[in-house]
Amino acid sequence: MPKMQLKVNGSKHDLDLEPNVTLLDALRERLGLVGTKNGCDYGQCGACTVLIDGQRALSCLALAMMHADVEITTIEGIAPNGSLHPLQQAFIEHDAFQCGFCTPGQIVSAIGLLNEGHAHTDEEIRDAMSGNLCRCGAYSNILAAVRQEVRRAGV
Amino acid sequence: MQAFDLLTPTNIRDAVKLMAETKDAAFIAGGTNVVDLMKCGVTAPSTLVDITHLPLASIESDARRIRIGALARNSDVAHHPAIVENFPMLSQAFLAGASPQLRNMATVGGNILQRTRCPYFRDPAAACNKRHEGDGCDAFEGFHRMHAILGTSDACIATHPSDAAVALVALDATLEIQSASGSREVSLEEFYSLPGETPSVENDLKPGELIVAIDVPLGRAHRHSTYLKVRDRASYEFALVSVAAGLEFDGDRIDEARIALGGVGTIPWRARGAEEALVGTSGDSAYEKAAEIALNHAVPRRDNAFKVELAKRAIVRALETVRRGQ
Repeated sequence: MPKMQLKVNGSKHDLDLEPNVTLLDALRERLGLVGTKNGCDYGQCGACTVLIDGQRALSCLALAMMHADVEITTIEGIAPNGSLHPLQQAFIEHDAFQCGFCTPGQIVSAIGLLNEGHAHTDEEIRDAMSGNLCRCGAYSNILAAVRQEVRRAGV
Repeated sequence: MQAFDLLTPTNIRDAVKLMAETKDAAFIAGGTNVVDLMKCGVTAPSTLVDITHLPLASIESDARRIRIGALARNSDVAHHPAIVENFPMLSQAFLAGASPQLRNMATVGGNILQRTRCPYFRDPAAACNKRHEGDGCDAFEGFHRMHAILGTSDACIATHPSDAAVALVALDATLEIQSASGSREVSLEEFYSLPGETPSVENDLKPGELIVAIDVPLGRAHRHSTYLKVRDRASYEFALVSVAAGLEFDGDRIDEARIALGGVGTIPWRARGAEEALVGTSGDSAYEKAAEIALNHAVPRRDNAFKVELAKRAIVRALETVRRGQ
């Protein structure tokens, strides 16, 4: 099998992967980083959202072998061990989840939203978070959590 | 997903050469459409040619046009200052499509070539003339609320799903296409094929050819423009109806008009008859007449007849928006 290297959360990993392995499957099945969720596996739900060079993307539609030269950040890598990213804290404060399955994708997506800096109003935040579905319907609390961080970050 | 080989050329010449030499090969860039369709079992290329290392992602302006590299990401084009200023309809169309994650991945070249979202096309267990000619079409008697009313045939009523391509057709965009034997240019409007009896043929791209750039000419009707998308949800949904509209005024009189429709056509639908009807008129009353003309030849079916009136009203709304903003 071809050898390649993935850079995930600041660490380099040597992997033997077939071309048809998605970035999502490489993260979960080969590296044990199961925080990134496999929801629909067809690019429709956003549960598999990761950051690629700081930009949010869907790991289920990305081929792992095409991502050797980039920095990948998963939910496990957004804050140092033992501490919470401000968005994780905001999700707790605003009770922005029920079952929690979509939450890693929601939080990583919201970090991408903050990096982009285009969403300011509630309407813009809703639009910019629309790629992440929540079957429990915690949208209003997710909006409150993301709004708090948008305000705090001043973007 | 089935097994395949992955090739990674680093220049255009090698990419088109590999494509010409390899049986059942497909290009991959953002992957948002091709990987999805491979997972659905709709396509099964033996080889993917990864073009993401080719130098085709830049956006360059000169005095008469903006040239968008085929590998520019949807999000990069949408937020590019020159695009926002000169082609508001294009920026808005990109932002109306998909989700932020998908827009960060998907390229302009791939957007133009994306396949229909018809559920019968995406389901290998259903009959689909586009997937396999002669199989019939389950959409005719099935659920076709989302399907096309313009440019349809007895073989296919699937809509073209792109928002950006609707704006690009309205903006007289031209494709630069390269192959092992040279390069050529074709207008995007002429690039798309109506389904007719051969719905599997969707465009003029020949085997081994690669779209390298999209040229969009500057123009006052391009600058005074808007994109209106009507859909079941406020965001992250395909269009029921969409309108790319641009107007150039001489005082109160319309000098030039651009109208293209999405969500209603089997291809991004340029409404030239409606444009001609607007030129020389002044006042909003001409908008309804133009909208009538645009939908003159619509062929509605059981579930999608509502699109005729919806499209007319969307055209009038889009033109009013442009007029107010000029």
